[in-house]
Amino acid sequence: MTATLTVVRPGALTTVQDTGRRGHAHLGVPRSGALDAPALVLANRLLGNAPDAAALETTLTGCALRPGRTVTVVVGGAPCPVSVDGRAAAWGAPVRVPAGAVLDVGAVTAGVRSYVAVLGGIAVAPVLGSRSADLLSGLGPAPLRAGDVLPLGAAAPQPPRTDLAPWPAPPAELTLPLRLGPRADWFTAAALRTLTSATYRVSQHSNRIGLRTEGPPLERVSGGELPSEGMVLGAVQVPPDGRPVVFLHDHPTTGGYPVIGVVAEPALAAAAQAAAGTPVRFTPG
Amino acid sequence: MTGNRLLTVRLAGRHALLVELPDAERTGAFHAELLRRRAAGTLPVEEIVPGARTVLLDGVPRPAELARRIADWAVPARTADDGEVVEIPVRYDGPDLARVADLWQVGVDEVGARHSCATYRVAFCGFAPGFGYLTGLPAELHVPRHDTPRTRVPAGAVALAGPYSAVYPRATPGGWQLIGTMPDPTRLWDLTRDEPALLTPGTRVRFVAEGGGTA
Repeated sequence: MTATLTVVRPGALTTVQDTGRRGHAHLGVPRSGALDAPALVLANRLLGNAPDAAALETTLTGCALRPGRTVTVVVGGAPCPVSVDGRAAAWGAPVRVPAGAVLDVGAVTAGVRSYVAVLGGIAVAPVLGSRSADLLSGLGPAPLRAGDVLPLGAAAPQPPRTDLAPWPAPPAELTLPLRLGPRADWFTAAALRTLTSATYRVSQHSNRIGLRTEGPPLERVSGGELPSEGMVLGAVQVPPDGRPVVFLHDHPTTGGYPVIGVVAEPALAAAAQAAAGTPVRFTPG
Repeated sequence: MTGNRLLTVRLAGRHALLVELPDAERTGAFHAELLRRRAAGTLPVEEIVPGARTVLLDGVPRPAELARRIADWAVPARTADDGEVVEIPVRYDGPDLARVADLWQVGVDEVGARHSCATYRVAFCGFAPGFGYLTGLPAELHVPRHDTPRTRVPAGAVALAGPYSAVYPRATPGGWQLIGTMPDPTRLWDLTRDEPALLTPGTRVRFVAEGGGTA
């Protein structure tokens, strides 16, 4: 009857994530945290957890877990089949998993990242105030491996306030509102027009550090070198190949390629669920 | 974009400002001013991230208003002796010692003396937690990076690239010229301390040559 979760199948990439690690960017520490932050918060709310309780973030292929005692979980974010000991269970709503049973979170049917929140939260030791795995600098717990045992926290005393919730569908087309700058002046007028008129596609090389895109390259005015400068979440950095990269939560806090514009943070949740090949449009905003 | 003679303020999205200064020295002075104002409670900001010639202010509630205020600030120059001093012991035994000696046109035995007689300052951090970019190397001692980075630079490697000196806090790939070794690199990043980084922006650094490294 121990309050643990044992990892039976880790999937392609499953990490512990909460709402991230703030206030350490000047030390080179990324914010980290759930890429689809609203999905994490909603899953926690459905359980009555604190909104920033740590949960698991899967990537495309889900994961399977066995609790040491009976637990209540919510699987949300990217839609996927959910089963308990082989019997179909609810997605997007609380599910009871008996002690020793196997919760299987299947491959996504749309989107990229599902979230597995557990009543009481995942209680790994926090690092710099967060339990999030930061894949850029290696802070926080490593990505899950088969056989890992994760401690669970105590359930909050108050019951959840909601049991039905609207989960947004993963985007068929991703629209990213962007404000130009701080280095838009490094690009030609044609590049600025291309950025907001062309359709890009999500590259399969995207990860928690950045949403990489494929599409027409953006041309610089000159080939100078930018001294390293601070980078914000949502920054659209343009490396020498000219294809914009949208910085997600594990992005480096300083960088040397010019940032043509910045995507508003609320739009990044949809970016986290945009599968490879999804069309991307940057719009002024 | 707003600015006065000494700084340019650029908006970076809805909640951040990137302030650009003419050089590293004035960037450091401006960064120190930001820390003073934040400590005094007059600067609402979540993150203050210095770069080579910029400081990013992220998590600013009203960035356009702050941009106008910043343009009017009088920022005092930094004095050579402000900021805490950290001493880093070094054995000058790096694999690029001969190459750097060549570039500096000195004997191999003199590299350590040249490198350790300057006083450095952490200009900014990045690359990996605990990695600080240190300025203070005289211009005539700046060296280029390797064209092809090493796949593994050991933790504690004391290194040079362009205007910067640094110590690798852990083993990573890296393209800097390696001139020495810090014996205990775990001090650079220690999560059991309240301040995990030994080298925070603004900190002054002295390298202290350890004897016996050439045996």
